[in-house]
Amino acid sequence: MGIIKVRDLIYEYIRRDEEGNVEGITTAVDDVSLDIRQGDFVAILGHNGSGKSTLAKHLNAILYPTEGTVWVDGKDTRDDTAVWDIRQTAGMVFQNPDNQIIGQIVEEDVGFGPENMGVPTREIWERVEESLKAVGMYEFRKFSPNKLSGGQKQRVSIAGVIAMHPKCIVLDEPTAMLDPRGRKEVIRAVRALNDVERITVILITHYMEEVIYADKVYVMDKGRITLQGTPREVFSEVERLKELRLDVPQVTLLAHGLRREGFPMPKGVLTNQEFVEAIDRCVSALGS
Amino acid sequence: MPIILDKVSHVYGADTAMAVRALDSVSLVIPDGQFIGLIGHTGSGKSTLVQHLNGLMKATSGNIYFNGEDIDAEDFDKKRLRSKVGLVFQYPEHQLFETDVFSDVCFGPRNLGLSKKEIELRAYEALKLVGLEDDYFYQSPFDLSGGQKRRVAIAGVLAMKPEVLILDEPTAGLDPKGRDEILDQISRLKRETGITVLLVSHSMDDVAKYVDRIIVMNKGSVMYDDDPREVFRHYRELEEIGLAAPQVTYIMKDLREHGCDVSDEITSIGEAKEEIKRYFTKLVAARKGR
Repeated sequence: MGIIKVRDLIYEYIRRDEEGNVEGITTAVDDVSLDIRQGDFVAILGHNGSGKSTLAKHLNAILYPTEGTVWVDGKDTRDDTAVWDIRQTAGMVFQNPDNQIIGQIVEEDVGFGPENMGVPTREIWERVEESLKAVGMYEFRKFSPNKLSGGQKQRVSIAGVIAMHPKCIVLDEPTAMLDPRGRKEVIRAVRALNDVERITVILITHYMEEVIYADKVYVMDKGRITLQGTPREVFSEVERLKELRLDVPQVTLLAHGLRREGFPMPKGVLTNQEFVEAIDRCVSALGS
Repeated sequence: MPIILDKVSHVYGADTAMAVRALDSVSLVIPDGQFIGLIGHTGSGKSTLVQHLNGLMKATSGNIYFNGEDIDAEDFDKKRLRSKVGLVFQYPEHQLFETDVFSDVCFGPRNLGLSKKEIELRAYEALKLVGLEDDYFYQSPFDLSGGQKRRVAIAGVLAMKPEVLILDEPTAGLDPKGRDEILDQISRLKRETGITVLLVSHSMDDVAKYVDRIIVMNKGSVMYDDDPREVFRHYRELEEIGLAAPQVTYIMKDLREHGCDVSDEITSIGEAKEEIKRYFTKLVAARKGR
């Protein structure tokens, strides 16, 4: 079994009006199954309301299935005795950098998780050091979080999660509130965690450029997985993604636009380099 | 009603050990009818700057003139300023509070002391301007989608009939289509009413697509103030201060570096496509010529 296994997951919640009367039932996740292997970099895309955040919250047992099952590292999330193991195995980072930091000093905040896990003091400090180094924030360890930029705060949040030595991190739109540099820093840190430390990464995002390095992409719509594959496969479906209220990286869109005008551009161009090479081949084709 | 800033500074905590010069002698002219993008790294002073434009914050030195009048003069009506310069904060749906959409949009005009008829007319027009269908008018704002809530919040500000509309990150948290819808709506609003729009954003791609002029803030000062093409030529300097050029600009630069004779002063996909087509047409013509 991979690190994450989801089978026939359904999540419903009851909508109530102001007086508490039941208005209806919303099915936020509607029969989802997937498998994630340890060390994978998985991206989940979907318009707002598609169920991606709801799905993500099942992966570290913040939410429990209405029907179906979610296993994290072999443990059923419904098992009360396994909750803390699951939360240590799968850590979660949210959108708002200000909502996740509680320490007065960066290193104290990062140490909070391991401390609550009962890790011996000496080891806490070792973990704090290695986590901050992994996200490039070690020189800021004595700073007050108030003095940090959004991107720096998010990296501290990520350090706080990895100090618990999780096998997997789920990031729910971690760069939504950041400026371009902040976004780059966070994604670089996340990719390093996946490439170097082999931590499984599950990234939910609306920035398509962040997804091109993923091993697998899932696209959600109305609570279901509607499209899945490698980034190249998924981003080749430009029209379908537009129908799903999504987008593709600008370079993919440009190549697609040229293709529609008769240029022999391949589908699913993901990087500038691929684009330049494709244009080269078009130029060569002119010669013949 | 142009707005003029003359050497405006704002120092937080001026007489304390932790004084921060958030705005450093900023001078700017905002003429009528422009569509301006305001970009800058976190902490560059963008939010501080826009809160001075509607008198929410007071400059610690320098002057601000609205249509020629000093807004800090004793006899200047700041309340009037706030209805003329509308500011939509980030995540504006957090401001929604009424039991139904229509009432929420009426709140602003009601505070202007207008007649009931005028209030309701303004609310109706504002909701139409943001493209919200009649069916939603009497629903609770909290039953709407994120993008719809956001449009209701913007309608609330438009009902005040501002001449200048300032939006702080209006696309934050929306999905790609939601982003396009809101910006298209704002762009259409500007075309139809001639309102001045100031868009604060972190998305270089969004800004490049819609605005006539870009102001770049860095550490409390204006670093660049020009049309998008000019500003994005300084992509290296922009990167140094935590920003970037639109993705498309980098694609064209890479092509150029590779030896293709294409312009790299491109800021939108449409322009890039045309430029590449032009390049191929030239190549074909050159080969035919041989």
